[in-house]
Amino acid sequence: MWIQAGEIAAGAKPGQFLSLFTRDASRLLPRPISICEIEKGAGRLRVVYRVAGAGTEEFSRYQAGDPVTVMGPLGNGFPLEGDPGRKAFLIGGGIGIPPMLQLAKELNCHKQMVLGYRDKLFLKEEFEAYGKVAVATEDGSAGTRGNVIDAIRENGLTADVVYACGPVPMLRAVKAYALKQGMECWLSLEERMACGVGACLACVCQSKEVDGHSRVHNKRICKDGPVFAAQEVEL
Amino acid sequence: MNTKVTLAGVELKNPVMTASGTFGSGAEYGEFVDLNRLGAVVTKGVANVPWPGNPTPRVAEVYGGMLNAIGLQNPGIDVFAGRDIPFLKQYDTRIIVNVCGRTTEDYLEVVERLGEEPVDFLEINISCPNVKEGGIAFGQDPRAVEAITRAVKARAKQPVIMKLSPNVTDISEMARAAESGGADVVSLINTLTGMKIDINKRSFALANKTGGMSGPAVKPVALRMVYQAACAVKIPVIGMGGIATAEDALEFIMAGATAVSVGTANFYNPHATVEIVDGIMAYMQQHQVADITELIGCVR
Repeated sequence: MWIQAGEIAAGAKPGQFLSLFTRDASRLLPRPISICEIEKGAGRLRVVYRVAGAGTEEFSRYQAGDPVTVMGPLGNGFPLEGDPGRKAFLIGGGIGIPPMLQLAKELNCHKQMVLGYRDKLFLKEEFEAYGKVAVATEDGSAGTRGNVIDAIRENGLTADVVYACGPVPMLRAVKAYALKQGMECWLSLEERMACGVGACLACVCQSKEVDGHSRVHNKRICKDGPVFAAQEVEL
Repeated sequence: MNTKVTLAGVELKNPVMTASGTFGSGAEYGEFVDLNRLGAVVTKGVANVPWPGNPTPRVAEVYGGMLNAIGLQNPGIDVFAGRDIPFLKQYDTRIIVNVCGRTTEDYLEVVERLGEEPVDFLEINISCPNVKEGGIAFGQDPRAVEAITRAVKARAKQPVIMKLSPNVTDISEMARAAESGGADVVSLINTLTGMKIDINKRSFALANKTGGMSGPAVKPVALRMVYQAACAVKIPVIGMGGIATAEDALEFIMAGATAVSVGTANFYNPHATVEIVDGIMAYMQQHQVADITELIGCVR
């Protein structure tokens, strides 16, 4: 879905997310959905989501021109600075794949995409404009049978830095792999949220450092994240 | 048109405040809301030491509402007093600090510490359903309510608001117990204990298994309890529970609430508090109400 929202698009960065509200008053809370693409010139944003419940099912029925209430951009986004000569892995797993597309567009270095799917592929061709794409599928129907780390190994890929978004087991494996290889590693996390602005303290993750808000070890994914340095978070 | 109300001798510019735990200490909503427009900001609960809170998931959506089991994560009184109170002092609004604890001594430590701080009221949380010790354990037995109220009042420098739990058989009895203990004000309702099960995962939606239900779905229950409490005591009542619009707020005021708190609505409409202030004024204009105090308890 493309959302026309000039002001939000103007300030958006890869790795940030939007809170999308449904029209049914019985479903109060916004759905946090990562930004897949940003077109600042056209003032629009793209979100690619999975229909996981009644809220996303409602979004999937919208027609072009329908209004949608959106709050954003929220969260910190991926760090984009760094040596243009370095090699990066952009790793996405399942519904963690979409935010890597805008990152692929904006990151200035040698990019290698590693995408993990359960079975059906999506967005793969769009990534090919930005570098080589390696694919892993759980059922082996395309690319490497297995997970994203299996795909990296099978293709003999190497990199200096990793950016990843996906389910926790994948992020855990990516973190272990990156730390073992001594690579810089950035992970985008997800959790059930209510406010999306750092007030309700619902979406915390365990952090190595004491957090700025409560001075415990609970960083807020919506506000301090969703992107964290891998060594910073306990998964 | 007068929108001012008075609680325990302290004047509020209007009866609209935030509900504890839904507004941080105000800073998180600073870009959405002009805090100067609010009658008061009620902070997230603060304990004597930092509390890490519960495991995640901590929230789940339910029909017309939500469940939360945050577990009173907070930075402790030292950080709070050094950071959050100075932040709120920049604004022309009353500051109400919500106080939580595991034991009576925990509460008293925070209450004493706040005695030196420029805050207007203390709200004592004896009604959190999501912590194993403290919280609701104090709020479900009238003798315990009276005892902790008395203990807090003996040490407090500011007026004391006792925040009551709806998870009781007779709310009137709890309100009277707080009044007998010397409470200046009672506030209610805290959340209703609830549960949600994920049938695909065959597990609880919340890591804590149960959580506190809030949101528009609880409003009729909250309104009934606020009415009962207001009928039972002479001290003022702060009403809350599912308030999302000016119409909701006016219902609570007419049921007997001197002030109202907006909670869960902040999560899905960050402008809710100010919209409610504006909506109340529009109602007063339309119905030629010169003084909002005319409306307090007018249905009785």
